[in-house]
Amino acid sequence: MSAATKAIEAGHIWTFPGGIHPPERKDRSNTTPIEVLPLAKQFIVPIKQHSGPVGDLLVAVGDNVKAGQPLTQVGINNALPVHVPTSGTVSAIGPGRIAHPSGLTDTVITIDADGNDEFYSFTPLADYTTLSRAELLDRIRQAGVAGLGGAGFPTAQKLALQRPLDYLIINGVECEPYISADDRLMREHAQTIIDGTEILLHIAGCEKALIAIEANKPEAIAAFEALLPNYPQLALRVVPTKYPSGGEKQLIQLLTGRQVPSRGLPIDVGLVMQNVGTAFAVAQAVLNGKPLIERVVTVTGDNIAKPGNYWVRIGTTVAELLNQCGFNPVADSKQEQRVIMGGPMMGFTLPDLDVPVVKITNCILVPSNQELAPAAEEMNCIRCGACADVCPAQLLPQQMQWLAKAKDYDGLEQQNLFDCIECGACAYVCPSEIPLVHYYRKAKAEIRNIAREKAKAEVARERFEARQERLEREKQERLERHRKAAEARKKAQAEAVAQGGDNPQDAVQAAIARAKARKAAQAAAAAKQNQEGDDE
Amino acid sequence: MTVVTALIVLGVLALAFGLVLGFAAVRFRVESDPIVDQIDALLPQTQCGQCGYPGCRPYAEAIANGDEINKCPPGGQATINALADLMGVEAKPLDSAHGEEDVKKVAVIREDECIGCTKCIQACPVDAILGAAKQMHTVIAHECTGCDLCVEPCPVDCIDMVPVPVRPDNWQWDLQQIPVKNVESSH
Ligand code: SF4
Ligand code: SF4
Ligand code: SF4
Ligand code: SF4
Repeated sequence: MSAATKAIEAGHIWTFPGGIHPPERKDRSNTTPIEVLPLAKQFIVPIKQHSGPVGDLLVAVGDNVKAGQPLTQVGINNALPVHVPTSGTVSAIGPGRIAHPSGLTDTVITIDADGNDEFYSFTPLADYTTLSRAELLDRIRQAGVAGLGGAGFPTAQKLALQRPLDYLIINGVECEPYISADDRLMREHAQTIIDGTEILLHIAGCEKALIAIEANKPEAIAAFEALLPNYPQLALRVVPTKYPSGGEKQLIQLLTGRQVPSRGLPIDVGLVMQNVGTAFAVAQAVLNGKPLIERVVTVTGDNIAKPGNYWVRIGTTVAELLNQCGFNPVADSKQEQRVIMGGPMMGFTLPDLDVPVVKITNCILVPSNQELAPAAEEMNCIRCGACADVCPAQLLPQQMQWLAKAKDYDGLEQQNLFDCIECGACAYVCPSEIPLVHYYRKAKAEIRNIAREKAKAEVARERFEARQERLEREKQERLERHRKAAEARKKAQAEAVAQGGDNPQDAVQAAIARAKARKAAQAAAAAKQNQEGDDE
Repeated sequence: MTVVTALIVLGVLALAFGLVLGFAAVRFRVESDPIVDQIDALLPQTQCGQCGYPGCRPYAEAIANGDEINKCPPGGQATINALADLMGVEAKPLDSAHGEEDVKKVAVIREDECIGCTKCIQACPVDAILGAAKQMHTVIAHECTGCDLCVEPCPVDCIDMVPVPVRPDNWQWDLQQIPVKNVESSH
């Protein structure tokens, strides 16, 4: 065993550059158990809630559906399905507002609940070790499990990469202020998370898992400490409180000292990471056959009367959720009430409240303007360098900001813009109130668009050239056909002459000669008549 | 004597390396990118003919032979700037005689009105229209470059050019601010 591995085994905790310590404010929501709220009357389920292709529709308007029934299927493009949140009737399928900062629409399925909350039949599994790896992955995919901590990458797809793994890391860090959904889940369902972790270990063919929790969650730590002695292959790691310790690359650095290469994946350094919520969902999917139709959402902020954590069915609208939690919007008519999906660092302001909670929604934050002042006027960069000090990815936010403003995309890529995890630490410390992350997000979107356009232009060029070739070929073929036809005619003539028959050419000549002779005869006859007349 | 040995050894070495280098120069020669290819790579490949040439490649050839670089409306100012960079000339504004820069569009056939005359197929520079004589025709939207060439020939005017819709995955972040900071203010 190498010295580095020994240090990992011994529980050494490394460090990562930068980071900040914003006020946590988790105590508002993490003191009460996760509550179940009354079901809404209507649910809106977007068919795309994860990264990757969307599944093919399985239902039509008017269908009666039961909770947990698939609405879309894996299909040929290996998509992730979505499921019915509660029993009822499909009342509409079509474009609808989705939880996206753009406020754009996407295909959504609207379900009118019947209030009975009947469940579809699920097939539990007594012993998952009897199934093959592929069958287990299929079970996870069919249940629609996507990473619940971040971008919603399909879990089965992440596990399908088969490479030697040293550790599976279970991420229970939850470093973003206000959010306590994972904290409460760990306190109340540590056993299920451990079951899920074991299944993940089994599928990944990996020996050992590290469960990482931030030091500010002593109750969650205690819950795992009580259970872990029975599981020698699982180890607990408590990481110091700092934002963003929960970032994938940052946590890997903390636990193993390894650095994921630029634009690389954790698997490149022999690791794979899953969120605690995902481990929970995997356990539900594999052991109970239950698809992902609900998740824990933290609802918090000054303007919420009943902050806390709630089991929320996917597809519940934010408006409905807020009403049930005692929503007191800012009274002042001059100021707008912001509702943020996600946390204060990485979340986005919702364009309106009729958008649904989706698989990756971990928090709805309804702040007062005192606790979270509205964005102030952007000032010029004073080159203080504070942003570079806190960047966990060791980038130069200040440089990138200049480059982004100048639209120098090559320069941005040289500065490793795509290593930016959009954690917002730089914008948090910037004294000039520059919305740095926005510049990066915009630049990233633009760079992706340029790449897309380029790929499209490439296809158009190929198609254009293929068409030119086809036209040229058709022209040649036409000419060739004409030439062949002419040749065939000539040949036929020559043959006819050779056989002693009339040469058609001669026949023409003969006809002309006959016509001439006739004309001459007529002319002679006419002249003769004239003469006779004259003689009279 | 040593001088002679040294000369011979160096001579042989020189010969050997010379051969290796000579061989490498032939064997691993990098095909230089002719200027037309480089220009063509910068053009948007809409193949619309607005520049006055029957496609992007012919225009690229014309530029290589000294034509102006500001005749491509689909590429707009960005393309002109890139071309100016490549050719080492001043960038100038788009020549409005050839058209204006416009949003990206895609052709859509109102299919129930189509009489199946195949005229549009013949006009499409990238073979993005599908159909057969007396059958309904349709546009393969993701292959359509938005060149506008099929609209004119259609005898029943059933082809529309519609702007490419914005979807969440090609949406551009605008700089409306989202509160990424200030969590400390109430302390
Ligand atoms: S948002 Fe990006 S640039 Fe800013 S601190 Fe985080 S990783 Fe660094
Ligand atoms: S923190 Fe803000 S003002 Fe300071 S260098 Fe960075 S961008 Fe400029
Ligand atoms: S005007 Fe049209 S055909 Fe000419 S270069 Fe531009 S896109 Fe190509
Ligand atoms: S030109 Fe118009 S009518 Fe003719 S095939 Fe095309 S779309 Fe149909």
